[in-house]
Amino acid sequence: MTATPPRPRDIVIVGASLAGVRAAETLRAEGFTGRLTLVGNERLTPYDRPPLSKGFLTAEHDPPATRLPVSDELRARWLLGRTAVALDLRDRAVTFSDGARLRYDGLVIATGATARPSAGPPAPSSGVFTLRGHDDATRLRGALARGRSLLVVGAGFLGGEIAAAGRARGLDVTLVETGAAPLERVVGPEVGAFVGMLHREAGIDLRTDTAVTEFRTTADGSLSGARLTDGTEVTADAAVLALGALPATDWLSDSGLRTEGGVHCDTRLRALALDGTPVPDVVVAGDVARAPQPLADGTPMALGHWTNAVDQAVTAARTLLRGADSPAFDEVPSFWSDLHGVRIRSVGLPAVADTVKVHEIDTSTRRLEASYHRAGRLVGALTIGRTSRLAAYHRSLAEASRAHHRAV
Amino acid sequence: MQISVDMNLCESHGQCVFAAPEVFSFDDEDYLVHDATPDDALREKVEKAAAACPVRAITVSPLPATAS
Ligand SMILES: Cc1cc2nc3c(=O)[nH]c(=O)nc-3n(C[C@H](O)[C@H](O)[C@H](O)COP(=O)(O)OP(=O)(O)OC[C@H]3O[C@@H](n4cnc5c(N)ncnc54)[C@H](O)[C@@H]3O)c2cc1C
Ligand code: SF4
Repeated sequence: MTATPPRPRDIVIVGASLAGVRAAETLRAEGFTGRLTLVGNERLTPYDRPPLSKGFLTAEHDPPATRLPVSDELRARWLLGRTAVALDLRDRAVTFSDGARLRYDGLVIATGATARPSAGPPAPSSGVFTLRGHDDATRLRGALARGRSLLVVGAGFLGGEIAAAGRARGLDVTLVETGAAPLERVVGPEVGAFVGMLHREAGIDLRTDTAVTEFRTTADGSLSGARLTDGTEVTADAAVLALGALPATDWLSDSGLRTEGGVHCDTRLRALALDGTPVPDVVVAGDVARAPQPLADGTPMALGHWTNAVDQAVTAARTLLRGADSPAFDEVPSFWSDLHGVRIRSVGLPAVADTVKVHEIDTSTRRLEASYHRAGRLVGALTIGRTSRLAAYHRSLAEASRAHHRAV
Repeated sequence: MQISVDMNLCESHGQCVFAAPEVFSFDDEDYLVHDATPDDALREKVEKAAAACPVRAITVSPLPATAS
């Protein structure tokens, strides 16, 4: 057997949501018996985010429970409602907003992401929302229940789902997108046009190549609508800015870690110091991690995918326990979104492709299959209503991913 | 080993199909089909499939005692 580094006795996980919880479960499953502390700035016990833009918003009466299942065997200390504000790598300590410090000898960074704020016109103090957490979803749900018209800014996956939820609740929905089609930059023009068609068929007023120039308010200051770049005005008593997410790295700004666009890490998910060397006792997982992507020739990327958070949590936890003997991260990214009753599903990294091949596209059955290629190699695939087709692509991508690791 | 999938929970995410294609697959309508008593050699893959399911629809248990 190979020599293993000294096992940590005291592990702190900052971010008590999907990646944090799964990292904790993996540590215990791998035999970690030391002290385990989960720190989270939300007060709720861990919950799952995907339903928040789907069934949670559309449910007529009580929203469905979104609680994340947590293993009974965690034996963890939970510090909920506590915000980490700084990390001291030399002292191996996390500082909280109240000044308290918590020492660790192994740290998991799993702070996720926050909704990207608008760079556009100033928003009125009420009626304009973003969606990331349970509290946001509860507020938005209330607005949908009261409102008649909804404006969604940004037709990405999240914006699309929110627009669909508004429509399902019978609101007049305007969906504004700066690109020529929804998701075009990520999935290509044909698939983007197909998604646009789904929105329009559902009765959503989709405005592409358009942005908001100004929000309008009534005399009492509440939202009444917006003016768009084409000069038209839309009515809305609620608006959602769905402009993507930013990795939650603020608290690490003076830590000496590389944090632009997410916490940079090596293939074993160890955080990288400013000089590019891995910090052995600090690992990263989930939306906050900017990890090398085998399918993009090792380019570091942060992914906002549920499965990525789960998969990286497992690798990160193993790395803390096994050090350089632990396996490198080579899971194939995968993502889903539900839209107007169909499932959009992707594997790999469609966004890094230079070529899209559409193998099936049928607007009447609402089915689509496309594969994505970069320099002639398969890098991803996307289906609508055809998840059954993805297993074969997933196999090829897993092989490509492993081959990349063998080559470096 | 015995596998059960709660089809009321299953949302056809396909994570289990990616993790253990020997055991889980989809029919042409994207409905999940699976082998309820796969070989024990597949245990690691099946456990990975259960952990990867976003709705935790998969339960893995030992076969009833008669099997051993
Ligand atoms: C509305 C919505 C719908 C989604 N739908 C899908 C979908 O359909 N399919 C899909 O694949 N993915 C979806 N996602 C993405 C998926 O939810 C994320 O990839 C996943 O939640 C990432 O998990 P995480 O643990 O890395 O981060 P998060 O879930 O963001 O958790 C991070 C936690 O850390 C806490 N935290 C942050 N900073 C601090 C700090 N300084 N101190 C203490 N705690 C802190 C946060 O409050 C949060 O609780 C969706 C996301 C959202 C928001
Ligand atoms: S991963 Fe879960 S939800 Fe998805 S197909 Fe398998 S059992 Fe169903």
